[in-house]
Amino acid sequence: MKRFTKIGAAAGIVAVMLFTAACGGGTNNGGGNSPVDAPANNASSGEAPADGKVVLGFSQVGAESGWRTANSDSIKESAKAAGFELKFSDAQQKQENQIKALRSFIQQKVDVIAFSPVVESGWDTVLQEAKDAGIPVILTDRAVDSKDTSLYKTFIGSDFVEEGRRAGKWLVEQFKDAAEPVKIVELQGTTGSAPAIDRKSGFEEIIKENPNLQIVASQTGDFTRAKGKEVMQSFLQAHPDIDVLYAHNDDMGLGAIQAIEAAGLVPGKDIIIITVDAVKDGMTAAAEGKINFIVECNPLLGPQLMQAVNDVLAGKEIESRIVTEEGTFTSEEAKAVLADRKY
Amino acid sequence: MWNRISKHHLFWPLMVLAALLLFNLIYKPAFFSIRIQGGHLYGSLIDILNYGAPLILVAIGMTLVIATGGIDLSVGSIVAISGAVACLLVSKSADQNSLGIVLTAVAVSLGLAIVCGLWNGVLVAGVGMQAIIATLILMVAGRGIAQLVTSGQIITVSSNPYEYIGAGWLALLPFSIFIVAAVWLAAAWLTRRTALGLFIESVGSNATASRLAGIRSRSVIFAVYIFCGLCAGMAGLILSSNVSSADGNNAGLWYELDAILAVVIGGTSLNGGRFYLSGTVVGALIIQTLTTTIYMIGVPPEITLVVKAFVVFAVCLVQSEKFRNVLTSKWRKRRYQAEREVTHHV
Repeated sequence: MKRFTKIGAAAGIVAVMLFTAACGGGTNNGGGNSPVDAPANNASSGEAPADGKVVLGFSQVGAESGWRTANSDSIKESAKAAGFELKFSDAQQKQENQIKALRSFIQQKVDVIAFSPVVESGWDTVLQEAKDAGIPVILTDRAVDSKDTSLYKTFIGSDFVEEGRRAGKWLVEQFKDAAEPVKIVELQGTTGSAPAIDRKSGFEEIIKENPNLQIVASQTGDFTRAKGKEVMQSFLQAHPDIDVLYAHNDDMGLGAIQAIEAAGLVPGKDIIIITVDAVKDGMTAAAEGKINFIVECNPLLGPQLMQAVNDVLAGKEIESRIVTEEGTFTSEEAKAVLADRKY
Repeated sequence: MWNRISKHHLFWPLMVLAALLLFNLIYKPAFFSIRIQGGHLYGSLIDILNYGAPLILVAIGMTLVIATGGIDLSVGSIVAISGAVACLLVSKSADQNSLGIVLTAVAVSLGLAIVCGLWNGVLVAGVGMQAIIATLILMVAGRGIAQLVTSGQIITVSSNPYEYIGAGWLALLPFSIFIVAAVWLAAAWLTRRTALGLFIESVGSNATASRLAGIRSRSVIFAVYIFCGLCAGMAGLILSSNVSSADGNNAGLWYELDAILAVVIGGTSLNGGRFYLSGTVVGALIIQTLTTTIYMIGVPPEITLVVKAFVVFAVCLVQSEKFRNVLTSKWRKRRYQAEREVTHHV
């Protein structure tokens, strides 16, 4: 009997670990430290629009990072600007909440449904219900793995490969006259996550052009500051003459900056630093000249979403994949825009 | 003489640590270079001590819990909570550099860590729940609490006194090492120079018999869980202060497993009843050295965990006396059953 309780306990732990692992890994867009707004109330049920206003139902993942908060704010603001009535629902990282929200949107007969899926799979049934009800669906930020692509109109989100390419392009441009090898170290995101894989491959694809650009070490920093610092510290010991650091998000870059400073080097001067995301802390470091180049991973996709909603309702054909407009920032540019940044 | 040395409980852990260092000496001699940088020592060995410090702290607490036959899965969450609370208090204050505020923040988060330990103690000793389940509750809930404290965001602080805890230097060495040394000395003194160690071992061997013999088993169990929570709280302060930020999602994630591994490598039995604090320290250093070695030699991240698992597997095999006997029995002939039984217990 005792053995069974032990096995049960072990199984329970494994289950809980899987659960917590799934929750903990979701910070791939990093996080700033901007204060969170109180999460919007669940699917605020409003009256059916009598004034002929377009009604948009939006189901958000949650409010897990500064990035996500900025994403929600952008959608709320641009819906207001476009004159839409927005029904905003916060799924608090749970798929069942999101499915519930989608069903309530269908019952309320909204004009368009948009949502950022918490997970990739398990959407076919509810999306089919929306399709049967004749309500078009738009995905934002994250994709679903449904085989039937007619279930949604388009997917608006970042192109991580392109982000990697942009980082690479800037670097190639900086070192186009380099006569001797340029030593690059890379801090990867969580092993196996989409942004880590894509940002790595996009970057490598571009820097291949110049054989002088060599990645001498590449290791995961789990998208966290602590790991970024620890790994960078080891890199600095193992490779005394690093020229460039490429970090897959701002937080790892910020950790690495501390390690570089501890080694008596000047971040941004002795070691050129490139990161992705452009959250507040990262932009602040860039404005201070500690990060040389930031590729933006833009949460402000509200205006593009509203444009897509208009197009869908007007019966226009829209592309099945809309990439968010994303900028890049050098130190000077970061300094100029820092005050106006929303996240 | 050799026999006595090789039978010492620290012999095999130290051999493994030496083997890891030897590997680095051959493969990456830069590993051993230490120079003075900015008024303190700088090098991989120092990094290992600095980054190993929180793990050693947690593992010391874990050793005593395991010695009573329990286990504490909640340490990782306590690490996250204490870091989050301290950073929140510091970041909300008017003057982040004020020493008083930092000390208050440290006191509050250590107090909370003690409360967490107390909670575990109540469930295990008071309610009589199995330790693995009782601490699982706080392991899951604690991370939620940490995220609640940080609102799911990363809290950044810029406070020199707070940064000193995990990234400061004292007499050329990282300050965190001195915290660890103090805790280790206190734990070693309390358990080896007073009867407390004997009580813990006796409770771990047989709690009921100990109680009948006049030991307050419950109080002992309470004490070790509180101590373990306190150690985890200190580790959380060091970890968050090292990067001047608190990350409720990721701080101390899987720390409980590393700590348990360090305890086991150090020779403490998971069945309880016997513990080796010095072995635990060596075990934690082995884990940190292995991590740093993996970064230094550039193992691709996709196979890092496999390499780690392989080394841990090898370490555990080497630690097993039975396995060593199987290996060496080929060379040792003419051993009689009775003789082996006698030497076995030296």
